[in-house]
Amino acid sequence: MTSNTKIELVCPAGSLPALKTAVDHGADCVYLGFKDATNARNFTGLNFDAKAMTEGVRYAHDRKRKVLVALNTYPQAGNWSGWTAAVDRAADLGIDAIIVADPGLMAYAQKKHPQLRLHLSVQGSATTYEAINFYAERFGIQRAVLPRVLSLPQVQHVIANTQVEIEVFGFGGLCVMVEGRCALSAYATGESPNCNGACSPGKHVRWEQTPKGMETRLNGILIDRFDDGERAGYPTLCKGRFDVNGETYYAIEEPTSLNTLELLPDLARAGVRAIKIEGRQRSPAYVAQVTRVWREAIDRVMRDADSFAVQPAWIAELDKVSEGRSHTLGAYYRPWK
Amino acid sequence: MKIALGPLLYYWSRQETLDFYAQIAQSPADIVYLGETVCSRRHELRADDWLDVAAMLKAAGKEAVLSSQSLIESESDLKALRRIVAQDEFRVEANDMSAVQLLAKAGRRDWIAGPTLNIFNPHTLSMLAEAGATRWMAPPEMSGAVLAELLASGAPAIETEVLAWGRLPLAHSARCFTARHFNLQKDTCEFRCLGMKDGLVLRTREGEPFLTLNGVQTQSARVHNLLGDLPQLRETAQVLRVSPQGDDTVRVLELFRDAIAGTLSPQDAFGQSKALMVEAPCNGFWHGRPGVEQYVSA
Repeated sequence: MTSNTKIELVCPAGSLPALKTAVDHGADCVYLGFKDATNARNFTGLNFDAKAMTEGVRYAHDRKRKVLVALNTYPQAGNWSGWTAAVDRAADLGIDAIIVADPGLMAYAQKKHPQLRLHLSVQGSATTYEAINFYAERFGIQRAVLPRVLSLPQVQHVIANTQVEIEVFGFGGLCVMVEGRCALSAYATGESPNCNGACSPGKHVRWEQTPKGMETRLNGILIDRFDDGERAGYPTLCKGRFDVNGETYYAIEEPTSLNTLELLPDLARAGVRAIKIEGRQRSPAYVAQVTRVWREAIDRVMRDADSFAVQPAWIAELDKVSEGRSHTLGAYYRPWK
Repeated sequence: MKIALGPLLYYWSRQETLDFYAQIAQSPADIVYLGETVCSRRHELRADDWLDVAAMLKAAGKEAVLSSQSLIESESDLKALRRIVAQDEFRVEANDMSAVQLLAKAGRRDWIAGPTLNIFNPHTLSMLAEAGATRWMAPPEMSGAVLAELLASGAPAIETEVLAWGRLPLAHSARCFTARHFNLQKDTCEFRCLGMKDGLVLRTREGEPFLTLNGVQTQSARVHNLLGDLPQLRETAQVLRVSPQGDDTVRVLELFRDAIAGTLSPQDAFGQSKALMVEAPCNGFWHGRPGVEQYVSA
């Protein structure tokens, strides 16, 4: 029984108000990114400049919480110095760890800042203990975030075979594809999560009321069409309705959020060290609601995993901020696959 | 410049697969990547069968390479990987860091760093070369200009391979989208992808072919075709990869042979290839644009 190992609650912050909200509502760690393509939520109006990050780090550290900086896109030869400068800046600000996907950048960080803690980003696509141990042996990573593709027993198996701390996604937008290996957005728009830190970016989105209904397009490609009574969702590429063999449906995934509250005792027993909440692009109100619920749930599991029960009020609260107002266990639950 | 045939990404019957590789033995391909890289449930050919195919191709003068699975989820996936790494008759293409870890630990110094390793800069490439890679394949989303810049920025002197023909491998998932189409779960999928020789086309609600569902893999609907871009490819790549398709793969390989040899101009090769494509062409990625676009320089 390892449920007395503390599980950290890792919450998203797309802005300074969101960071403060996360800290105030019980996050153990907040993760954030700079205002550029060095992180996987490179959206207009989001993220931190040096001044905001300095204040954010101070706010969190004053309250004994940690700040993790996501530098989890893949630098190229022509922009390499932008990424190494971001590593230096993060280290200078006294943050607690950087979340990295590119091995070249890990090597840089390890050499230049040997004291800096490295977390392997979900964008690193490491789904096995062999892959995770590779990064640990070569670059000394201390934590790995697992892609949202493994079932619960598979997560347990990974944990049993590595010394590296394992962090898993608990709640939020659901990537259906293995993170770090999805070029769907690049194919449609030229902007990819890997290189630009963006998926289905807003500047390529068009909403158009037509006689057939509200149409949503991504770089001209029709992602979905909504009848008058339907709530038109954002055209995330993998969550549109398409036609396969004459049948129109959500061919890849419905607009839905991941929610693993009910698995929390199992994740605790398996030895998961941190739960990540997705959503740096979401509002401080979202951060407040989700952080509050997960804080309470994790505290209960830490006290007594065996008597843990998901409170209906928690689910109601979380569904309010879920994509499509519904949730799924995703790949943790085998039949989803 | 060498021509490689990538791993067969679709699931064909045992006999179709064996017949296909018998043809490939007579084709202009110099290198043939073999094995099931998409889904561990597919089993028309077992590990020993793939070794037999590799031996047959080797006897025909080809370089046969065993490709590892792209998404590794279970201990039995790892077991299959360990078996590929343990044999030393054929080189191995590593499509996941698990494979890199095992190959490096085994002291192999001859492996190929595959397209899903996300090699975007010379630092990462150097690290893999030090770990034993002697050829690498650029991520399909990488442009020719970015590749050229990478190679000019202190990259190790190992062979560079570029995807030059085929539907683009865009994503992998734990979920099987072919099974989902038939309202089945992956664990009880009834192997519905078997015999879909070019996968299952996904169209927009306007009827435009957009993507291809191939089990847990999602591909483009369009055919990435760099025949017309051969002059620029020559400056960066030593190996061009053709991805197998349902029909006419050998004809495609022959077009590449003729275009590389110069007996056919890139424009003519591209023109002739139009009859061999299952969908419209695209080459946007190579030109730093959305992959779906067919870019023709002015």
